[in-house]
Amino acid sequence: MKILVCISKSPDTTAKIAFTDNNTKFATDGVQWIINPYDEWYALVRAIELKEKDASTVIHLVTVGAADADPIIRKALALGGDEAIRVNADTNDSYFIATQIAEVAKQGGYDLVFTGKETIDFNGSSIGGMVAECLEAPYIALAIKFEVEGSKATVTREIEGGEEECEVNLPAVISCQKGMAEARIPNMRGIMAARTRPLKVVEPVAADHLTAVVNFELPPAKAGVKLVPADNPAELVRLLHEEAKVI
Amino acid sequence: MPVLIFIDQSEGQVKKASIEAICYGVAVAEQTGDTAEGVILGKVTDDIAALGKYGLQKIHHVDNEALNHFDAQVFTGAIAQVIDAIKSKVIIFSNNADGKHIAPRLSVKLKAGLVTGAVALPDTTNGFVVKKTVFSGKAFANIAINTDIKIIALNPNSYEITARGDAKAEILSFSAQVGATKVRVTGVNKVKGEVPLSEADIVVSGGRGLRGPENWGMIEELAKLLGAATACSRPVADAHWRPHHEHVGQTGLAIAPNLYIAIGISGAIQHLAGVNRSKTIVVINKDPEAPFFKAADYGIVGDAFEIVPKIIEEVKKLKGVA
Ligand SMILES: Cc1cc2nc3c(=O)[nH]c(=O)nc-3n(C[C@H](O)[C@H](O)[C@H](O)COP(=O)(O)OP(=O)(O)OC[C@H]3O[C@@H](n4cnc5c(N)ncnc54)[C@H](O)[C@@H]3O)c2cc1C
Ligand SMILES: Nc1ncnc2c1ncn2[C@@H]1O[C@H](COP(=O)(O)O)[C@@H](O)[C@H]1O
Repeated sequence: MKILVCISKSPDTTAKIAFTDNNTKFATDGVQWIINPYDEWYALVRAIELKEKDASTVIHLVTVGAADADPIIRKALALGGDEAIRVNADTNDSYFIATQIAEVAKQGGYDLVFTGKETIDFNGSSIGGMVAECLEAPYIALAIKFEVEGSKATVTREIEGGEEECEVNLPAVISCQKGMAEARIPNMRGIMAARTRPLKVVEPVAADHLTAVVNFELPPAKAGVKLVPADNPAELVRLLHEEAKVI
Repeated sequence: MPVLIFIDQSEGQVKKASIEAICYGVAVAEQTGDTAEGVILGKVTDDIAALGKYGLQKIHHVDNEALNHFDAQVFTGAIAQVIDAIKSKVIIFSNNADGKHIAPRLSVKLKAGLVTGAVALPDTTNGFVVKKTVFSGKAFANIAINTDIKIIALNPNSYEITARGDAKAEILSFSAQVGATKVRVTGVNKVKGEVPLSEADIVVSGGRGLRGPENWGMIEELAKLLGAATACSRPVADAHWRPHHEHVGQTGLAIAPNLYIAIGISGAIQHLAGVNRSKTIVVINKDPEAPFFKAADYGIVGDAFEIVPKIIEEVKKLKGVA
């Protein structure tokens, strides 16, 4: 089985969110970059678990990004993966990114494409569905469990207020979230071995950009907390009822 | 060129998130001087004509055996045929689980720009610009959609539901070519009788400060009294004190209820990322330095084990419950 795992680079979860150039660009000064947590913890780790069960499994990683994404994709390779591909393009447009990933997927003939549930910077949750449509493959998003046997996968996905279990024939595209895999830490052996694993850089295929960022805004600052004395919970209930009008 | 709203349903019942999407779509149609129409797929038991009261004029109903189970590919195909038939240029989804499956597929199929996570009406003064949350609720981005057809997926709990009278929507049966499903649904496991977290107006949430699963009784009692859903911080779900689907935050569910009550949660940045869009935040924590107080509207510094039972008594009084 051949699995393609989509890896994106995102700012560390504690990064300060600020903007420059008239609020048109994210201020990257001092920002630590990480593998998007959903891609690492769930998509990649689940792929590695599948390979541990069946050693013939091949894992390729793909990222669409500029050269500054190399440390991230290399870190992902250190966790596990046989080969990585970086499509050399710097963009935020989901359609453009998905077109590139779909092209890599077509060339490689994968049985499975794993993405994270969403990127923690743009919160699009759309690349997986777009890739699936490009490939005319089924798509199951927000997967919390994934098992595969031969060419049939059993997937549990989150729905409002519960879970749905379904079966799907491969090839398929799956977006992964919490529940998919057990946590793990990269070991030194993996990091050393990753140095010899290939990172291929390919140029993008022609594709349109359908959207463009105009600018960013920060939410208005909170007025500040109104503290109620611990011995007067009645006052809190009154405020919620009469002032905030939420209960 | 009507604005088309996808009406998502579960077991025949229209989801609340879709009513929000309808109200939003009707307002978009007003802006662009168009009418608003809906599309619903599969067997329906709700009185969908009544959705006319939100300003929806027509509903295209595609009733086909193959649409009774969810398969994003098949759903996308059916919706695309409706769009083609009525020449719609703006399509609205809720950014809920089903919306996250269909909207991106439709975007590729129609080559229509998509903005997910929208929180406000589009600005059409100069192009078509949609405001969405980014950085897990820590900021917003204004995104221009530069294609002829535009798709918006509205974040749940971001747009107010308002009825506009008592008109009935006209129900039109639409026969679409429906492809073969590739996804077979084999089981649905719903938490019965509880409010789904993603749709709840009020959420009562507990953290590590509650010390163990045996102490969740008061959280559940308060939630029940308020008609609220329960949630928790990540370490609580990781320790299996609470089920995984209750985990909110950066790596869990992002929610935006009217009221979020955080009990014994420190307010780490990753937790805030999932709850900072809540309209009112109440924090109960024994540590006055807990970062959550900075993000809160109301707070009590003190021991949750003393305070929460008293709050329960007060809410009972308010609701006239013995
Ligand atoms: C990449 C990444 C992603 C993460 N994603 C998430 C996420 O999605 N969601 C999430 O929640 N966390 C997430 N975390 C973890 C996060 O950083 C915090 O560790 C976590 O939120 C802390 O949970 P907590 O507030 O329940 O526990 P603690 O931080 O231990 O806080 C417990 C609080 O309870 C208070 N307390 C103790 N006893 C009482 C009492 N008797 N009465 C009242 N108050 C009391 C304490 O003062 C303290 O403030 C993530 C971390 C990382 C690195
Ligand atoms: N530039 C990218 N390169 C590779 N994969 C990506 C990229 N952007 C997003 N993805 C994948 O698509 C998922 C969903 O991203 P998004 O739709 O942008 O929220 C992510 O979790 C990644 O797995």
